[in-house]
Parts: sequence; structure tokens; C-alpha cells
Amino acid sequence: MKLDSFIDNTGEWLKGTGDNANIVMSSRIRLARNLMGFPFPNKASKKQLHQILTTVHKAIEEIGYFETSSLFKISELDNVDKQFLIERHLISHDHATNPDGKAVLISKEEVLSVMINEEDHLRIQVMQSGLNLDETWKIINSIDDALSEKLDFAYSMHWGYLTACPTNTGTAMRGSVMLHLPALVMTKQINKVMAAISKLNFASRGFYGEGTQASGNIYQISNQLSMGHGEVEVLQNIKGLIRQVIEQEEQARQALMLQNKPMLEDKIFRSYGILKNAHIISSQETVDLLSMVRLGVDLGVLKDITRKCINELFITIQPAHLQKIGKKKLSASERDAKRANLIRKKLGGT
Amino acid sequence: MKCDLCNKKATVHLTEIVDEQMSEMHLCEECAREKSVQMEQQFGLSDLLAGLTDFGKQVKTADKVDLKCEHCGITYDDFRKFGRLGCGHCYDAFKSHLSTLLKKIHGANHHFGKTPKKLPKADKKKVEDLQELKNKLMLAIQMEDFEKAAKLRDKIRDIESKKSK
Ligand SMILES: [Zn+2]
Ligand SMILES: [Zn+2]
Ligand SMILES: [Zn+2]
Repeated sequence: MKLDSFIDNTGEWLKGTGDNANIVMSSRIRLARNLMGFPFPNKASKKQLHQILTTVHKAIEEIGYFETSSLFKISELDNVDKQFLIERHLISHDHATNPDGKAVLISKEEVLSVMINEEDHLRIQVMQSGLNLDETWKIINSIDDALSEKLDFAYSMHWGYLTACPTNTGTAMRGSVMLHLPALVMTKQINKVMAAISKLNFASRGFYGEGTQASGNIYQISNQLSMGHGEVEVLQNIKGLIRQVIEQEEQARQALMLQNKPMLEDKIFRSYGILKNAHIISSQETVDLLSMVRLGVDLGVLKDITRKCINELFITIQPAHLQKIGKKKLSASERDAKRANLIRKKLGGT
Repeated sequence: MKCDLCNKKATVHLTEIVDEQMSEMHLCEECAREKSVQMEQQFGLSDLLAGLTDFGKQVKTADKVDLKCEHCGITYDDFRKFGRLGCGHCYDAFKSHLSTLLKKIHGANHHFGKTPKKLPKADKKKVEDLQELKNKLMLAIQMEDFEKAAKLRDKIRDIESKKSK
């Protein structure tokens, strides 16, 4: 499968289905694993990195979970390709730099991906749409079990899975949930909620890029700690926390509709209007307006658009996606025009 | 009660067992948040380490530690600088230091959770026993039954020290 064929694909996690899909965009679990007998990637020689890559690739092929998947060596990708994978949440920024011996394996529906030789030998990731940590865990757990029959994972009875960074030691698991929280932002409660979350040892950050500034009112909440509690317990805790955030967001939405319905509807329809008609638009403006349109869909104010369509736009309006779709390199101002064009087409505008 | 780090009122209380010592930490909301913010910086472990050296009494400050992992060649000071370990054996080479550090990061230095399929059967049984003991230990700490906690901890150490034979 070629990288370009992902463009026409909607990743499973973007489908806008699953529990609480009006607020929860997707659920993701990541496991870090290392092989015994090899130094961690930061200390491995070029030769060792290639041995690790071969060993891991062979094991993955043998377990059969990844029958419809493709392996991409990072060193064989150009900058737009790499950025494209980052934008789709399939590789990290770190994985795109120093490409030697690094690779990523991606399943056809983008449910599963494995970064090989990132900070750890394996970073296994499973993503699902909506609040769906149970199913996500079931999938990743069985893949990990199957891999652990083929590979000797670095593991200690005392400390669990051994990782390059001690912040991951133990379960080496990070569960995260992506939420769209426009009403908490509009009612200025978001900082309070996020402060409470960080006090409970959960991390929250924005959807785009590495910073904490959230664009498009999209927040990602994940567990910080990987030692002292079992995987299932940690995921239960995340779920409990997410349920509370969902409830807060629901209440804020209801309050907005009750107190300020004309203003809210005006905001939603104006956002929709701009997206449908603009000929030049920045990505920042786009995600802010998309957030309003998605809220409009969730509240039943906008009826002709699907959640899936909006979710896709959140991804495809990013720079590398625009260049892939346009099949050529685009300058920043060319991208702003291409972006507006893409959105108009998608939303059936003028 | 006053915060251990500043003089405001302490509202967050932590109980820890580090090595043989039981210690309590009392923090105000601000300092507690500060602590969790430091931990959020996944990629800034060296900052975290730097932050920890003046954190609480039981942490020994930046004494030169003369430890080296024979398998990958990194020293504990390298690790302090870059925040990354070099291989699985580093965990043995820097055991006591890492134990304290992991406790600082995670609030625990024992793994609870799954095990790889490929573990020998005898080890598996041991792992299960261990997890049960660890569960009991957590419970004892929660109930503030420190006498029982100390006994359980000894038992856990006992089982773990026999592992490679
Ligand atoms: Zn122990
Ligand atoms: Zn304080
Ligand atoms: Zn080492």
C-alpha cells in the first residue's frame, strides 16, 4: 500500500461514531516495548537499529494482526510525507527527525500503528472513534500478547516493562482521549477543569502540535503515571474522569442554549457561512470555525453536515495534507487558498 | 499545617515509604500543582531531576554518583543530563537511585499490571503472588497500617531477591 492511498481514506478514529461521539472524538492507547539484548534506540548503533527493525517487522508479520498493513521506512520519506504522518497522528515529531533505522507500520484502517525505533524499540498504538477505551484496550492487549510470544521484551518483575525514559516504566501505557469542549471554553470554565485534571495526575494538552494551547477547542487527556496501578484500573480511572468532563460540557452546552440561544445560533451559522464562502483562510481561523460548526451539528442546529465530514476537515486542512491533495509543494499563501477551496467543496459552498 | 516547601496552608498530604523510611509530605495547592506540572514535561526529565534535588528532605542532592552500566556504557550522570537510560540493564546498574526516582515520578516503585506471555511458568506464579502482596501493601498504606505495610514490603523484597536463581 502506498502512502498516498491514505489520503482518500478516513481513519477509523475519525468516523465520528461510538459512545459520546458528540463530545469525544477518539480514544487511543499506546504501549512502549523494548527488546532484551539490544540497547535502547538512543544508544543503539546503526547496525543494531536495523537488526531491531528486521526482528520487529518479522514478528509483526508472523502474528497476522497486521495483514493489511504497510511498513514505511522514515529515511525513505520526504518532508511532506513525514509531516503528513504527523498530521494523521501516526508518528511523532521525534520519529520524523534522525530517521536512521526508524520505521512505522500502519494498518489499512489506521486502527493500529507501530513506531519502530522511536524513543523505545516499539511504540504500539491503537485508535478508535468515540469513548471506546475498553475495545481499544482489548485490541492492543491481544496484539501485545501475541508479540510477546515472538519477542523477548525487556521486563522486570519489580519494575514491569523497561523503557528508555523512567516516566514510562511499569505498564509503559498511555491512554488518551480527545475531547471537543467548546462550551467549557465559551463559558470560561475550561481552565478550572484542566487545573482539576492536572491535580489528579492526568495531563491535558491541545490537539495540534506539541504545545498546550488548544486550537479548535480540542483537548487531549491522558494518564501521567505508569507505575503502581494496573492497565485496566488506569483506564477505568481515565474513563471516570472523562465522564465527568463530558457531563460538565453537556451542562455548559445546555446553559448556553438556554440563556443565549440566538447568539449561539448566530455564531454557528456565521462560522458555517464563512467556511462555505471564504476564498482564503488560515488554519487557525479554520479550526476555530470548524469547532463552532461541529457544535452546531452536535446541537442539531446544523442538519446537513455529518460529524465525519467535520472530523476529516480537522485533519485535511493541515499543510502537508493540502500539499498531498494538491499533488505539489504549496507556499503558505497558496495553502490558504487551497484550504478554502477544499472546505468549500466539502461543505457544498459556492 | 504548613506546606513543606513554602509557608502557605497545606491541603495535599502524601505518605511515602522510601527505603526503610516512612515519610509524610504536606503541600499547599500551588506547590502540589507545581509538582504535577513538572511531571507533565515528559521530555524535560532533566528539569524534573533538577527540580527534585531540592525537593523534600530525603532526596540527596547532586552528589556525584559514580555508577556506570557495563552493558551500554552510560553513567548515572549521563542519565541525569539527558534523561534517558541506555538499555534494560541500566535499571540494575542504577537500581537504588532509580527506585527513589520512580517513586518520585509515579508515587510508586512497583509494577502492577500485565506480564509478557513468554515468561517461564515458575516466574509467572511468582509474579501473581507478588501482585497480590502489592495489592495488600497498597491497602495497608491506605489504611495507615504501617506495621503491616512494613511486613508486606519485606515479604515482597524477599520474593523479588530470589528471582534470578
Ligand atoms: Zn520491590
Ligand atoms: Zn507551598
Ligand atoms: Zn545500560
